[in-house]
This record gives sequence, C-alpha cells and structure tokens, in this order.
Amino acid sequence: MTGYLEGVFVLLAINIILAYGAFLPMAAGQLNLGVAGFVAMGAYIAAYLSNEYAWTPLAAALAASIATAAIAFVVAFPILRTRGIYLALATFALGQVVQATILNLNVVGGASGYPVSTFLGGGMVGAVALAVVIVVIALFHTRLGISLTAVSDDEIAADMMGLSVRWLQTVAFTLGSAVAALGGALYAHHFSFVEAQNFGIMASLYIVLYVLLGGTQTVWGPILGAAVFTLLPELLRGSASWRYVIFACLIIAVMVFRPQGVVTTGMLRRLLDVCRPRALPQGGK
Amino acid sequence: MTMASPILELEGVSKNFGGLKVIDNLSFKVMPAERVALIGPNGAGKTTAFNLITDLYRVDSGRIVLDGRDITTVPSRKRIGLGIARSFQNIRLMPHLTVLENVMIGQSAHNASALAMFQPVNLFPGNRWRVHAREALGAAGLGQYALETTGALPYGIQKRIELVRALLSEPRILLLDEPAAGLNPSETEELRQQLNETSRRGVTLIVVEHDMHFIGAFCQRVVVLNFGCKIAECSPHEAQADPLVREAYLGSDEELGQTHAA
Repeated sequence: MTGYLEGVFVLLAINIILAYGAFLPMAAGQLNLGVAGFVAMGAYIAAYLSNEYAWTPLAAALAASIATAAIAFVVAFPILRTRGIYLALATFALGQVVQATILNLNVVGGASGYPVSTFLGGGMVGAVALAVVIVVIALFHTRLGISLTAVSDDEIAADMMGLSVRWLQTVAFTLGSAVAALGGALYAHHFSFVEAQNFGIMASLYIVLYVLLGGTQTVWGPILGAAVFTLLPELLRGSASWRYVIFACLIIAVMVFRPQGVVTTGMLRRLLDVCRPRALPQGGK
Repeated sequence: MTMASPILELEGVSKNFGGLKVIDNLSFKVMPAERVALIGPNGAGKTTAFNLITDLYRVDSGRIVLDGRDITTVPSRKRIGLGIARSFQNIRLMPHLTVLENVMIGQSAHNASALAMFQPVNLFPGNRWRVHAREALGAAGLGQYALETTGALPYGIQKRIELVRALLSEPRILLLDEPAAGLNPSETEELRQQLNETSRRGVTLIVVEHDMHFIGAFCQRVVVLNFGCKIAECSPHEAQADPLVREAYLGSDEELGQTHAA
C-alpha cells in the first residue's frame, strides 16, 4: 500500500470511530457539539500515559477511553439537564472548555502541541476501528438499542413504558464519549503529534455531520457518512481549490433532499426484502 | 357482595393548571378484574385522570392507592412496573421501531435493569423475549405486521399494537384512552374481543370512551365526570337516564327550553 493510500485508510478508520462517538448520544436524541473535546481528552490522556509512563499504545488508548468515559459520566449530570438547542450549546461550551484547558496545560505542551513518543501502525488502527464497528452494531441489536431509539422517538411514551430516560441518555452520552476518546487516542499514536487547535468546534461539526449525512436512524449511517466525508474530498482533489465548494454544495443537497440522512430504517428494510428469498410470504407464525 | 378490597383507589385527588381546577376532589374505587368506564363531556378531565394515575402529571393533593399501597409519590416510569399500563388517546408508538420492537418495549416494565439492556433481542431470532413478543402479536392476530414499521399501518392496527405493547408489561390495571375512537365497526368488534380476552385473564380495565354502545356492551360501571368533578357513579344503563348526566352532556332542560323558545 502506498503511503498516501494508507494515510487515507487510517483517516477513514479513525473517522468511523469518531462518527460512532457522535452517533451514540444522537441515537438517544442528543446532539453533542462538544464531541471533539472528548476526542482531545482521549488523545492527550493516551499520549501522556505513553510519554510519561511508557504504556503501550493500545493500553494507553484503552485507559484514556475509560478515563474519558468517567469524566463524561460526571459532566453528563449537569449537561443532560438541558434539552434540544440548549443541550447543543452546553456541549459546545464543554468542548471549548476542554480545548482552552489543554491550551493552558504546559505539562502537555500547551499551545505548541504535544509530540507522542510511541507509534501505532495503520493495520492496528484499522483493526480497532473494525472492533468498534462490531461492538456498536452488536450493542444496537440488544434491548439497549431499541430502548435508545424509543427514547429519541418519544420520551414520554418511553418513560410510561418503564424506561429510565435520564439513565439511557447518560449511558449513551458516556459510551459515545468513550468511543470518541478511543478515536482520539488512536489518532495521537498514529500521527505522533497532537495540538489543541485540531479539536475545536470545526472538528465537532465535521464529526456530527458524518452522522447527520449518513443517517442517524441506523448503525450503518455513520460508516457511510464518515466514508463519504473522508473519501470524497480526496476524489475531488482533481478540481483543486474548488473541491470544498463542490463538497459543501453536496452536503446542502443531501440535507435538502434527504434530511433524515442517506441510510434510513425504511431503506434498509426494502434492501433486505429484495435480498431475502421469498420463502415466508405470510411472515412469522 | 364479598368484602374484596379495591385494586385502585383515588382519594380526594385534585389537579390545577394555573388557576384552573381540571380535577377537583375526585374519589372513586375500582375492584379487581372490574371493567369501568370513565365518561363525561369534552374537557371533563378524563384523560387528566389517567395522566394522574400514571403520574404523567403529579397530583396537587389527594392520594392514589394501589392494592392498599399509597403510590402517590411513585415516579411515572415505575408505575408500569407496579402493574398500571396505559394506551394513549393519540397513538404513541415509536415510529423508528418495527412493530415487534415496539411491543418489546412493553417488556421493559419488568425488564429495564442495566443487565437486561444487554439482552440480544435483535441479534438472534430465537431470543426468548423476541419469541415471547412474536407470540403475543400472533395471538392478537397481528403476526404478519411484526417486521413492518408502524407509521404506514392502518389506524385500527396501530391501536391494537399499542394494546399488545401495554399487555406485554403484564399489567394488573389497564387504562385505555378512547380505544374505539376512529375505528370502523369491524375493527371495534376485533378490539372488543381482544379486551374481553384480556378481562377474562383478570386484568382490571378502566376505559375512557365516547361510544356509549361500546360502554353499554362492555363495562359494568361508569364514573361520570364534568368539569373535573364526579357527578355520578352507576351502571351504564342508569347513567343514560340520570338527569345530572344528561344535563352535563346536553345542557339543562331549562337551557334547552330557552334554546327552543329563541
């Protein structure tokens, strides 16, 4: 594999992980505009463990993910008291707080960035991404998956059915933050350098856009969204400086013509119907 | 008459919205396995009474007693676990879940612990909860809709799905908010069979309904509300003859007389 192709592949793998970080809370009806803050936490905590305590990259990434989950769990309580647009603003502010804190932390280089001493190969990044995809897909085939969808569809009816809306939203937010942190940790160890400037609101917006564009209703949407966002700018490289204009227009077009995202439950069902052999016309017993 | 104790008891329950008394000192008892209708003109507070029993709104004063236990301060999501399930006046199925997934949400009542959340209900077709939900749909004659999304289904079918979802919580009391509204005669008949079957299994039914034929044929007793107050509690037949009830629905004879005179 050429260096260029491997670079694109690694970026794709990391972006898919980050997309799931934003997808998990979104599946429970919460827009997390501070997701890059959790990515930054994961990146810096993992880098610090590698640099200062000589942890192996994977162990550092895992520990960073767990530590970030713990932080997310604690901040979830005040943050998730807000709803809708206010929740989006609160998470946005949280992301800014994380970024500003890192800029002021000289122990991890402050504004000049933080080099990472150990390196994680592209193959390993891909393998972790695959594991994350499998775990999230499996998770959405459990009762938790349908309960999260129920909460995002109708909080009152979900509550009346005995589901704890607050608990489910806290779980989704915490798990999403853990996944985002894992992505950040892999990023730090593959590119060997992190700087706070990369984890601002633009990064959060991009990650959220992967999910919105791909579709929030199914676990497949974030993969597609991340793939399109990673690969399309590369494919449009030919048109040089215009590629971002074309790209932005495509985003607008999707939002206008398919606001629910490209992949929807209805679309998946139709696809399955086409692929499934017509053995059970009456369906179910 | 035996001295059976009531399964549900409202004791002087009141609810205000701003200065408006929507439920005013409401008391009634419901016996186990009874079929009771809550009737009254629009705005009488019937749905509000349901919302208070399920804690969608918290009562301002009074007590709600279930099986001798005061549940006034039990939060909404825990009441279904105590055996109080409901359907909604405007169907509230989850639009992004399939019919089968929707009714599996009904199983949450006794099954929403952290561990239960990892039940792979959609991973293996043979999962016990999935099979159980499928059987319940099949028993209600809704098996063929299991894998469809709810939004595109006919109104009558959606109402019956909501009923199956409520029943999967294994309720002791089922609150039905206008179950027959918007149904055609054959759908109403199917609904009544489903409710008869439910009643036979010992589930107490409290129904808000406008269809007096349905009530007359199905309910043993009616509680009549008007402006948040109970104005009568009797058999459906007696209610139709009760002057207070007639007045609540039609206006007083005097007013009627004036209208005719004008």
